[in-house]
Amino acid sequence: METTDLVGLSGLRLIIPELTVICIALILLLLELIVKKKEVMAAVGIAGTLVALYGTFKLFGINGPGQAFANMFVLDGYANFFKLIFYVNVILTMCISLKYMAVEKASYGEYYALLLFSTSGMMIMASAADLIVLYLGLELMALSTYILAGLMRKQLRSNEAALKYFFLGAFSSAFLLYGISLTYGLTGTTNLKEIAASLQALNIADSPIVFLGLIFLIVSFGFKIALVPFHMWAPDVYEGAPTSITAFMSVGPKAAGFAVLGRVLFEAFGSMHVQWNAVLIPLAVITMAAGSVIALAQSNIKRMLAYSSIAHAGYMLLGIIAGTPGGLTSTVNYLMIYTFMNIGAFAVIIMLRREGFQGESIDDYMGLAKGHPLAAALMLIFMFSLTGIPPTAGFIGKFYVFMEAINSGHTNLAIIAVIFSVISAFFYLRIVMYMYMKDPKEDVVLTTSYSMNFALAITAVMVLVIGVFPSLLLDLVRVSIPG
Amino acid sequence: MENIILNQLSYPILTYTVFLPVAGALLLLFMRNAGLIRVTTLLTTVATFVISLPLLTNFDKTTYKMQFVERHEWIPSWGINYFIGIDGISVLFIFLTTMLSVLSVLVSWKAIENKAKEFHTAVLALEAGMLGVFVALDFFLFYIFWEAMLIPMFLLIGVWGGPQRVYAAIKFFLYTLVGSVLMLVGIVVLYFTAGGTLDILTLSSLQYPLQLQFWLFLAFFAAFAVKVPMFPFHTWLPDAHTEAPTAGSVILAGVLLKMGAYGFLRFSMPMFPDATRMFVKPIFILSVIGIIYGALVCLAQKDLKRLIAYSSVSHMGFVTLGIFALNAQGVEGGILQMVNHGIVTGALFLMIGMIYERTHTRVIADYGGFATVVPWYAGLFIILTFASIGLPGTNGFIGEFLILFGAFKAQKLYGVLAATGVILGAGYMLWLYQKVFWQTPDPDYGPSGRHPVRDLDLREVVTLAPLIILIFWIGFYPNVLLSYMHASVEHLLQDVNMSAYAGKETLIAQLKEIF
Repeated sequence: METTDLVGLSGLRLIIPELTVICIALILLLLELIVKKKEVMAAVGIAGTLVALYGTFKLFGINGPGQAFANMFVLDGYANFFKLIFYVNVILTMCISLKYMAVEKASYGEYYALLLFSTSGMMIMASAADLIVLYLGLELMALSTYILAGLMRKQLRSNEAALKYFFLGAFSSAFLLYGISLTYGLTGTTNLKEIAASLQALNIADSPIVFLGLIFLIVSFGFKIALVPFHMWAPDVYEGAPTSITAFMSVGPKAAGFAVLGRVLFEAFGSMHVQWNAVLIPLAVITMAAGSVIALAQSNIKRMLAYSSIAHAGYMLLGIIAGTPGGLTSTVNYLMIYTFMNIGAFAVIIMLRREGFQGESIDDYMGLAKGHPLAAALMLIFMFSLTGIPPTAGFIGKFYVFMEAINSGHTNLAIIAVIFSVISAFFYLRIVMYMYMKDPKEDVVLTTSYSMNFALAITAVMVLVIGVFPSLLLDLVRVSIPG
Repeated sequence: MENIILNQLSYPILTYTVFLPVAGALLLLFMRNAGLIRVTTLLTTVATFVISLPLLTNFDKTTYKMQFVERHEWIPSWGINYFIGIDGISVLFIFLTTMLSVLSVLVSWKAIENKAKEFHTAVLALEAGMLGVFVALDFFLFYIFWEAMLIPMFLLIGVWGGPQRVYAAIKFFLYTLVGSVLMLVGIVVLYFTAGGTLDILTLSSLQYPLQLQFWLFLAFFAAFAVKVPMFPFHTWLPDAHTEAPTAGSVILAGVLLKMGAYGFLRFSMPMFPDATRMFVKPIFILSVIGIIYGALVCLAQKDLKRLIAYSSVSHMGFVTLGIFALNAQGVEGGILQMVNHGIVTGALFLMIGMIYERTHTRVIADYGGFATVVPWYAGLFIILTFASIGLPGTNGFIGEFLILFGAFKAQKLYGVLAATGVILGAGYMLWLYQKVFWQTPDPDYGPSGRHPVRDLDLREVVTLAPLIILIFWIGFYPNVLLSYMHASVEHLLQDVNMSAYAGKETLIAQLKEIF
């Protein structure tokens, strides 16, 4: 509470990373008029993100200095760690996009600007200490992502993806506003900490109306993180959007959704742990079940990974359900690991795409190990990591959330989760099986570039290093989010 | 710590042994020439075997304590250490693993032409995983090795296996995974019960409430019973064994199947002694069913490899019968029989692989009078047949005798029933030998036929020789192996039989307490 000026000019210092990202995005918009080479745009975007990354950790340290703008904006380890995820996400996405967007003939300069706008929205969400700021960030993120999903405007399915995402997204925003107004109506505030205080002071934690407001909030966040039954958009949008954007969306908005879900539940509704678990536990179970089971039936790899990402949202939810700081830490840890393994998998998918060849059918992976042993080996690593087999990072992520779930007394839930993770093993194994155990139908030519190789190297190395030396990540995440 | 002996050698011998194959596998990544890859792999496995030998020679047989122990901090925030060591139960499996790895590389010399690099990388990764399982003294480390091993095995079966390989590989993977993840939940529950440690020795020294023991025993049973495999969790095994390439079958039969029984000995028995005693009867029943059912199914097989695979179900039934007899003879016989089974069944799969390379058929009826076609081969095969039956003078006799002795001491009825399995075993093995070697020879396979089959060459004899020697060595002088395990087994049985509930209440009363 060191800031007293309500205008909050001194608070500007805290939003330097957000300002940096937004400024770079604006510069990119202008740059597009004079620079024709998209490599330059991507380079500027990545450089800008790195500056923001430097800013986040150099200016504030890992734990951040506190609040600004009349306590509407908060900087803490939690927000900073989520920002790290967003930076990694956007940098890797830019790396894998370059050649791909050219192949798709959708190489627009706005692409990179929109990625950064979307990222800045996520960053604001992670730092939101007030429901209004949260809404602001969420809309900024969502609107930019709608456009990105429809960027291949000559392709029908891209249009469909954008439209569907937009309508359902707007729908979920309405839920969010309902939730905010109900909460505001009963507690008289939109500030998360003050909501918690007034729930206690007015003794209305048992009120059904507050519960209803809470449910509305969970539903709208559930849309963003693709929990069943609010997942309907995900498979179509993931399939229709440009693959690089699918990679971006499967990590960014999901992580941002978890960021706000975690903060709102823990900070504002911490006293209602029992109530929100009554909603979240069934959601987690059907999310894991539907994600794992429906993925078995997919023949398009992007759709399959869409359902896989739904299932993973279910596992991540276990940490929130635990309701302890340790549980929250485990969810955030999972998200960071998920970023690497999922973008890595999408990077391999993108490599298969070339002029006149979609490379999205699972059949296209037949015999990949024969012609391209390295690409197949990388995909193998990502698939086993998504399954959660050691010594990959995916195992560490799952082990941590299961551990926290069991520690908080949800042993049955953990057993359900491990059973579904075995079921999900089947469709990841199927990709490995196609690559290694079938003969190729036709020669697959890979589209590679330096930036793509860089992204693949980073993701694969991180997946293996975190898998063998988990302390590297665990120490960081546990310092940021003390639990 | 009082129950460990820090590494008595001047260098970290266990770490070297476990990670040398990993180093070899990394080296392979930079090679292109298939010949060079084979030589490198062979040298790596031989080197691993050689550096593991001081474990046998420097082993202190007078103590049950963990030896050659190394401990380093690994994941401090979870209280997890890199903690490895061996005792009299695990030391023999290290030897078995390093030896069979060498032989499986040798036997694949000509058989593997497709994707040689990936194959040898997988074999080395598998070897490291298996060694890791036997040396790990931290549950987290153990689980990492236990699961990581699945990846190379899955590829070995699925890429280089027989016609049904893909089905077999996926079945193997999913079956094992289901068991393992339930164990994982059990491990985490133990972690919190013990107050945040996964140190296996600490966990073994604690007393757990009966109800917890009961559920944890079941969770661990899921993982180990699938791996052994015990009837009725064995259905992955015939497929995996039959479809795997020779090297894969050898490693599966020789080492992987031992991990389930090893898990019972290392974890279930010392950690959940009361639950162990409660489960003796059900496990006896399943073991005896496994012994007899496995043997009967063998009699109906038309495929060489499938027959040997089902014989493993029968043999592993003996192993679980022995270790759950909970007396010195039974447990030592069980451990010895695991080693024996690794040697004999490993050798049988090697020999079948060798003949398959020549004839490209595994159907028993296609063979006939092979004794005249390949006399040397037939001569060696009969030794293995006798060892598998358990004829006195071979290692199989000692193991089965000790197990039956232990089982009689524990429960006479099951001893009698299990003994019929020995008779059936003689039945199917001799019947197999007769069908393959002593019928009218097919002239096609003769020296002047259309597909002449040559006898064993030097590489193949060298591959088999160590196993044949071991069969007789153990058969005539079993103490060479038994002497390693006496102290550890005695200590283990003391743990199991001296626990809180030992002899206090009847089974019914204990069950009432649980539910």
